Amino acid sequence: MDPITIGIIVIVLVIVIAFILIYNGLITMKTRVDNAWSQIDVQLKRRADLIPNLVETVKGYAKHEKGVFENVSKARSALLGAKTVAEKGEAANKLTATLKTLFAVAENYPQLRASENFKQLQEELSGTESKIAYARQFYNDSVMEFNQAIQQIPTNIVAGILAYKQREYFQATEAEKAVVKVKFD
Amino acid sequence: MTELYNQISSNKWKSYAIVLFFFLVIAAVVWFAGYYFAGFGGFSVAFAGVLAIVTALGGYYWGDKVVLSMSRARPADENEHKYLLNTVEGLSIAAGLPAPKTYVIEDEAINAFATGRNPKNSSIAVTTGALKKLNRVELEGVIGHEMSHIKNYDIRLATLAVVMVGFVAILSDLLFRGMLFGGSRRDEDRGGGALVIIGILFAILAPIAVKLLQLALSRKREYLADATGALLTRHPAGLASALEKIGKDSNQLKTASEATATLYIANPFKNVSAARLLSTHPPLEDRIAQLRKM
Repeated sequence: MDPITIGIIVIVLVIVIAFILIYNGLITMKTRVDNAWSQIDVQLKRRADLIPNLVETVKGYAKHEKGVFENVSKARSALLGAKTVAEKGEAANKLTATLKTLFAVAENYPQLRASENFKQLQEELSGTESKIAYARQFYNDSVMEFNQAIQQIPTNIVAGILAYKQREYFQATEAEKAVVKVKFD
Repeated sequence: MTELYNQISSNKWKSYAIVLFFFLVIAAVVWFAGYYFAGFGGFSVAFAGVLAIVTALGGYYWGDKVVLSMSRARPADENEHKYLLNTVEGLSIAAGLPAPKTYVIEDEAINAFATGRNPKNSSIAVTTGALKKLNRVELEGVIGHEMSHIKNYDIRLATLAVVMVGFVAILSDLLFRGMLFGGSRRDEDRGGGALVIIGILFAILAPIAVKLLQLALSRKREYLADATGALLTRHPAGLASALEKIGKDSNQLKTASEATATLYIANPFKNVSAARLLSTHPPLEDRIAQLRKM
C-alpha cells in the first residue's frame, strides 16, 4: 500500500476512535445527570416519609397548632405530586419553609423539645435536609459538567449529532430565599 | 470559588508532572542496568520488577484491612455516631460515590484517614478525639477531605508511587553492587572509568530522587484533597478551622507508624522538625492559607 492510502486509513481510524471516546464520555455525563436527579428524589421521599411521624409527635404536645400541621401536610402532598424540575424545586422549598415554621412553633413547648422521640426525629430530618442539599449540589455539578461538554469543541460536534440539549439547574426559588415569617396564632 | 477550581487544576497538573519525572528516572535506571549488565540487565530488571509488584499487590488488596487493624479501628455505631454516619453519607452523595465504611479510632488526637483501592472498597476512620474536639462544620471539612482522597484515587496513586520507589531502590542496589564489584564480564570495553563513576553516582542518587518525588507527590495530593474537599462542602473555612485546631492540639496519635503516616489528614508525627522536602504533608499554615484564599 502506498503511503497516502495508509495515511488516509490512519486519519479515518483516529477520527472514528475519537468519535467513540467523545460519544461514550457524553453518555457517561448524561446518565450521571439522570442518576443525580433521581438521587434528589430518593432524599426528598425519605424526608416526606419522616414527616407524618414528626407531625404526630408534635401534635401529641401541641394540639392547638392546627394551621401549622395543615400547611405541612399540604406542602408534602404538593411535593409528592410535582413532576418537572421546576415544580419539584418549588414544592421542595415550600415544604422546607413549612417545616421551619413547625420547628419554630415547637420551641414553645419545652416538654416536646425534651422528648427523645422528637430529638431523634429532628436529627434524622436535619440529616435528610443535608442530604437533599448535597444531592442537589451533585445534580448541579453534573449538569454543569454536561452543559460545558456539549458546548465545547470538539464534543459539541458529537452532541449536535445526538441533538443533546443543555439541562436545567435545580435552583432556589424566591419563596425559599425570602425570610420565613413565623406566625403564632 | 474560581480560586478553588484553579487550585484543583494546578495540583492535578503538578501531580502529572511528578509522575512523569518518576517514569523518566525509572527509564534511566532501567536503561543503565540494561546497558551495563548486558545479559544480566534483563534479569535484574525483572527481579526488581517482580519483587516490587508482589509487595504492591499485597498492599493493594489487603492494605485497607491491615491499616484498619493496625490503627485498632472499630466500626462506627448506628446510634452513638449518628451524625458522623450522616455526614459520610451526605458527602458521598455530593461526591457521587458509594458510601465508604466508617470506622472510629479510640485516641485523643484529632485525626482521620481514608483507605481502599477504589471507591467501592473504601473506608474512612475518624478518631474519638476528632469527634469530641471538632464542631460539626469542622468535622464536615475533615470528612470532605478524606472523601476527596477516595474520589481522586489517591490511595491507588500512593501505592503506585511506593511500587516505583521500591523498584528503583532494588534496581539501583543491584546496579551499585554490580559496578562496584566488577560489573559486566561480557565486555571489557564498556566506556571505561568515567561511565562507572556516573553509574555509581546515579545508583546512589536515583533512590533518593524517587523518594523525594514520592513525598512531593504526596504533598500535592494533600493540597488537591483540601481543594476538592472544599468543593464538596462548599465551605473551605470548615476544614481551615479544623486544621487550626489540629495545629494547636498537642496530642500525638498513638497508633501511627511510618507506613501509615501518609494516609492521615495531618502528619501524626508532631515532634519531627523535618525539612519541608522530607514531609508527606504540606505545612499546616500553608494549607490553612490556601483554604482561606478560596
